[in-house]
Amino acid sequence: MSSSGRKLVIEAGRADLRYWRDLWQFRELFYFLAWRDILVRYKQTSIGIAWALIRPLLTMVVFSFVFGRLAKMPAGGVPYPLLVFSAMLPWQFFASALSECSNSLIGNANLISKIYFPRLIVPASTIIVTLVDFLISASILVGLCFWYRYFPGWRVLALPLWMILAFGAAMGAGLWFSALNVKYRDFRYVVPFLVQFGLYVSPVGFSSEIVPEKYRLLYALNPMVGVIDGFRWAILGRPGGVDWITAGISLLIVAALVFSGVTYFRKVERLFADVI
Amino acid sequence: MSTPAIEIENLGKRYMLTAARQRSRQHHYVALRDVITERLKSLVSRKKSETSRKEEFWALDGVSFTVNQGDRIGIIGRNGAGKSTLLKILSRITEPTRGRITITGRVASLLEVGTGFHPELTGRENIYLNGAILGMTHEEIRRRFDEIVAFAEVEKFLETPVKRYSSGMYVRLAFAVAAHLEPEILIVDEVLAVGDAEFQKKCLGKMEQVSKEGRTVLFVSHDMQSISLLTSRAVFLDRGKVEAVGPTSEVISAYLSHGAGAVAEYTAPPDPDRPCITAVRAITSEPGQFQICGKPIRFEFEIATPRPLRGASFSFNIVGADQRRQVHLWTFDSEHPMLREAGRVRLVCEIPNLRLYMGGYTVTCYFSEPPGGEIFEHLEGVCPFEVAMFGQYREFPWQPGTCAYLEDCNWNVVPV
Repeated sequence: MSSSGRKLVIEAGRADLRYWRDLWQFRELFYFLAWRDILVRYKQTSIGIAWALIRPLLTMVVFSFVFGRLAKMPAGGVPYPLLVFSAMLPWQFFASALSECSNSLIGNANLISKIYFPRLIVPASTIIVTLVDFLISASILVGLCFWYRYFPGWRVLALPLWMILAFGAAMGAGLWFSALNVKYRDFRYVVPFLVQFGLYVSPVGFSSEIVPEKYRLLYALNPMVGVIDGFRWAILGRPGGVDWITAGISLLIVAALVFSGVTYFRKVERLFADVI
Repeated sequence: MSTPAIEIENLGKRYMLTAARQRSRQHHYVALRDVITERLKSLVSRKKSETSRKEEFWALDGVSFTVNQGDRIGIIGRNGAGKSTLLKILSRITEPTRGRITITGRVASLLEVGTGFHPELTGRENIYLNGAILGMTHEEIRRRFDEIVAFAEVEKFLETPVKRYSSGMYVRLAFAVAAHLEPEILIVDEVLAVGDAEFQKKCLGKMEQVSKEGRTVLFVSHDMQSISLLTSRAVFLDRGKVEAVGPTSEVISAYLSHGAGAVAEYTAPPDPDRPCITAVRAITSEPGQFQICGKPIRFEFEIATPRPLRGASFSFNIVGADQRRQVHLWTFDSEHPMLREAGRVRLVCEIPNLRLYMGGYTVTCYFSEPPGGEIFEHLEGVCPFEVAMFGQYREFPWQPGTCAYLEDCNWNVVPV
């Protein structure tokens, strides 16, 4: 057998040394967990896919009506539904990735308490599922673009980069919350509030331009501001362009979030099996 | 054959028990709310916070032993002795605090049967998923897929979500995946205790097959009977330390004598509400609960009742170290009238020539109505005593575990 003769040493602190190698070795488990979650999510196909379409669509309609029609907020010459939807897309991704990620360890408690694998696989694989949701709702955006005959230019090629930023933001925060959730079970009440709160301080229903200059820096501390602005820049190609300072701050914050998230996760990871 | 498969050196695992943690055991988790209130309280009262009062607890302490390739080794010990912690460390779920383990070969454990099964997924999907969770590659699973399906006998239901499976099918499928893992080292936890008899038989069969193929089996159980049947060597853990390692029969008798050793005589006050056993004594041929094979032994039982009984029955077993009942003796009210009035009596049973072979024994007794009726009291594992071969001449030394008892006989050599 191929694995015979393989030596494995278990001692204190040993898992740290081979962590990233293990992560690579367990990549198949990662695929399978992601595959399982996707299968389960879309098992009742009609509801699964419909849900990924209905949720952002309805939110978009309500937001366009409230912010565009009632509040008459400026859209910078872009159809309001497009303005909302191009922000809805990354926000929805971030929000559901964060919530799913936070609950992922608890949801897989039976796996964690019974077998070994680098725990990082669990929150990472849940984000993949959200990514599929994202791609499905992206089809609405394509439809909207056709409807309004509004075609993005070359900038749309930069979209994956902004997606990576959104992924990082969700992953970094998600790692923190998933680990804290194992340690303190009442943390799960914090996440939904944070997501709801975040919707109002992120430029989903409005454009970033209406934020007064003096608050811009404070506003930019929310990493999703940079992501959403980036999405709008890439899809709608706003003439104002992307605010590079905001984008830079977002990038720094996301990097810090991912780094600290991974570090904290790794620090408490070894206790998961004892606590969960 | 004696290359080590698992080498455990000075293994230790420490848990920190905080007062808050101990309390939260009831809730199974710590709430942030509680931590914050604790902190605030301690801030106000300026006392040392309860959460900071930590207590060390060594679940394993200085454990060392070696398992050779192809060994079938049993791990025994009472609850909390550290068996499951050891298994957790072996399967890398948790890290040791100190010491090291060197494992050669792939480890799989039957404590994972069905782990990761998802009720919404079909049988086929679950086979792949479970295989991946148990450490098989996609390629390996594909190769063995048909075998797994045939073993589990679920061909017709491959595309059915497992939530619609009967529990028997579910367990068969789960076990089939684990059984086709082909590990070099198989860890079997007390899963055998759950599941139906058929499943247990399959598990045991798989264990035997695995060890016949020269692979290593680590078996953890409370059941001395199956430990002694299935393993050749054993480790006895007590409060996190290795109390004995060696041939299974020796370790088991160490385990049993360690347990009940202090109580050579069982006594209990009479119960005012119901009939009960108030005393059990084994009066051995030698002091110190030692009995010489072939000498007389006397058992004394005291039973009491608060009300007249009709047809009281009393029986007892002498149970060997492997939990096998070697002797069964009984007496009924019809033979020896007893407790027809409220009160207490002593039953004395003399065995003129105890033929039991050397080893550790305990007594199990039943006080009941005639068979089929109420069992007043059932005592297990009391009055341990040791049978030794002494003063019996033989040219060869006595080996433990040779037989159950020595029979009287007459030999003749006749010319033919």
